[in-house]
Amino acid sequence: MADIKTKDFSKASAVSILDPQLRRALRQVGTGFDAARRAAIDEVSPKLWDEWREEARRIKIHSLDHLDYYLDLLEQNVTKAGGHVHFAKDAAQANDIMAELVRTRNIKIATKSKSMVSEELSLNPALEAQGVDVYETDLGEYIIQLAEETPFHLVAPALHKTKEQVAQLFTDKLGIPYNDDINALAAAARLALREKFLQADLGISGANFLVAETGTLVIITNEGNGRLSTSAPRIHVGITGMEKVIPSLQDLAVFLRLLPRSATGQRITSYVSMITGPRRADDEDGPEEFHLIIVDNGRSKMLADPDLREALYCIRCGACLNICPVYQKVGGHAYGWVYPGPIGAIVTPSLVGLKEAQDLPQASSLCGACREVCPVNINIPRMLLHLRQKSAESPDPSERSAGLVPNLLAEGYTRVMRSPALLSASHKLGRWQQNVWAAMPFFPFSKKGGMIRKASLPLLSRWTRMRDLPELPKETFRDIWKKDLKEGP
Amino acid sequence: MPGRIRAISWSQILSPVAASNTTQSPLRQSRLPRSCLSANLTPADPAQPGERLSSNSPPKADLFVTCIIDQLYPQVGVSVVRVLRRLGVDLSFQEDQTCCGQPLYNAGYSKKARTLARRVLDTFEDSEYVVVPSGSCAAMMRVFYLDLFRDDPAMLKQAELLSSKVYEFSQFLTSVLGAEDTGSTYSGTATYHPSCHLLREMKVRDEPQSLLRSVSGLELTDLPGAETCCGFGGAFSIKFPHISEGMLADKVENVVSTGADTLVSCDMGCLMQIGGGLSRQDSEIKVRHLAQVLDQDHSSNS
Ligand code: SF4
Repeated sequence: MADIKTKDFSKASAVSILDPQLRRALRQVGTGFDAARRAAIDEVSPKLWDEWREEARRIKIHSLDHLDYYLDLLEQNVTKAGGHVHFAKDAAQANDIMAELVRTRNIKIATKSKSMVSEELSLNPALEAQGVDVYETDLGEYIIQLAEETPFHLVAPALHKTKEQVAQLFTDKLGIPYNDDINALAAAARLALREKFLQADLGISGANFLVAETGTLVIITNEGNGRLSTSAPRIHVGITGMEKVIPSLQDLAVFLRLLPRSATGQRITSYVSMITGPRRADDEDGPEEFHLIIVDNGRSKMLADPDLREALYCIRCGACLNICPVYQKVGGHAYGWVYPGPIGAIVTPSLVGLKEAQDLPQASSLCGACREVCPVNINIPRMLLHLRQKSAESPDPSERSAGLVPNLLAEGYTRVMRSPALLSASHKLGRWQQNVWAAMPFFPFSKKGGMIRKASLPLLSRWTRMRDLPELPKETFRDIWKKDLKEGP
Repeated sequence: MPGRIRAISWSQILSPVAASNTTQSPLRQSRLPRSCLSANLTPADPAQPGERLSSNSPPKADLFVTCIIDQLYPQVGVSVVRVLRRLGVDLSFQEDQTCCGQPLYNAGYSKKARTLARRVLDTFEDSEYVVVPSGSCAAMMRVFYLDLFRDDPAMLKQAELLSSKVYEFSQFLTSVLGAEDTGSTYSGTATYHPSCHLLREMKVRDEPQSLLRSVSGLELTDLPGAETCCGFGGAFSIKFPHISEGMLADKVENVVSTGADTLVSCDMGCLMQIGGGLSRQDSEIKVRHLAQVLDQDHSSNS
């Protein structure tokens, strides 16, 4: 699997938050993507939009509840159409299946359209180990492949790069003269990739949806690279997660309405490709072979967990990233793996292990903006809470990861709050402490205008880095109540 | 087809699930997954506006004051009491109340949160209404208790009962008392920060602003980026101070840009955060809980 750097979230986010160029890039997700999404919803009417969301959610609930049935049906129908279905339990197995395919079919060059799952599996290095040259053909993916990075955003993987950086990258890696005109950059990529499309013996794609009833793989793109990758080479391999299956083409309709609008505000993407099996006898072109690799890689564990199953409804539109105030501050790479943002904070710990990624579910103010925009109404904050519960209290020690300090604080807090007498006593103690400190020569507080400006004390010092803190007042509300309010106005 | 790719079936990839279950894959059993449906977590409908107005006896309500108001901002609690009494509410305060358990619940300590939640359920068992001057604590009692006790049918029943009685302060004023104009007066320009839980869990969007608009002498200006979180998030503000501060900086910038002299909200947590940020910049902008703004009535002014 792709390198997992999820443990570095705190450090990585502290660095990225100060990066002025990322600040500029991230402003686009709010003013660009999210504004476009809102406009698209206003156009269809928020009421109708909510009906679509409900319908989409119903379809996802149903499909995942009956996943075994629909995977069977899908397999039957892909096979009937002349394709082959392979199921992979984990990344190693998926990459093995791919390796065997390229070995037995003597494949040297592969073109790939965008696939988050292949990032998750580290498919490219696995193919390279087999002597295959793999070319990402989505422009954003192509850029990050050249830069040897992971996607910064679900929908716009190279969002963080300026055109100047891309121009420099192309100069360094493709040996072309520096030109930072965006059209020229796109043309340069097109030129480099067109040749690969014609040479490739293998085209790899992800899937946005798999339609069980017809055995169809659906991809939606804006660049046409998906269609070239899946039709020009002699073999097409689709690789995707098992949660992508939906029952019928009729069910697909609502997702085709929701996904582009949520992702980029488009009514529909430039290309919607529906691929059923390899080329037929009377087709003029298309691949000779079609394979579909369906990957589990931790998903069945999420499916079995009622607290996390909902995360499998995700259609990877990226709307929750665009609205998330944390993502807007720290960007995609701080999350340390393939899936960033609010949904990444759930999917990543579920797939790589909670202990490995324990910061991610904590790094949220639980504001709930993600849930509000999600086209399938996924209750992201609730799942973050459930992951926090596992961190703190899971009976499974491999999940329990809360440190000693939080455990002790929680214990102390509970004890004090269980007893009104203790609560009163601790307020008095706090007041006394505050007064003692005020009288001391080496005062751990500095004050201004009745507010504490700097507290050189554990935890509190973290608050006062950039915020003033109110002092503990002489009386609590309950003191005032007893004295003045109890007897009525 | 050429080549021999190892054939496995879906039932093999799903084996981790099947293994945890001896007879049947849980796939086939879980037609109605427990908590992935939010339906069972939808709180009871708020009372219809004006529902109480027709009744002759004054509404009886208990105040849940919240820890932060009790311990740090007692004057806000005093204003809450005065406004509610002025509007004819028969208000009591159970003196042995403590915390709703939200800080523990948010940190994942749900067992400990249940310990505190049980106290709350007992304390307010006989209340007619429970008024909470915080969207966040109100959401805890109205919405999250249902999640907290989802595996305990007996407690869940009690939690559901409480859920139907819990109202955030502005929500209580508008939905239960049917108040449109509280007869309050305030001189200044104010802007309103909607707290996230009030907005998205309690679904209280317009009520506080319509109350503010009724205050004579108060001019309300729009806050840009109002619905973006201020970055408080309880322990989040201490665990990830750099992120919380980044969010705060945006909020402070937006508040300052309005030119308002008062920032109003319904959650003292947010106001401690935004107020702390404003104070650090030596800003003159005052931060006020909605109740404090509504506290001054025409008579006390004249
Ligand atoms: S969780 Fe929802 S909003 Fe986020 S990417 Fe998935 S479908 Fe889109």
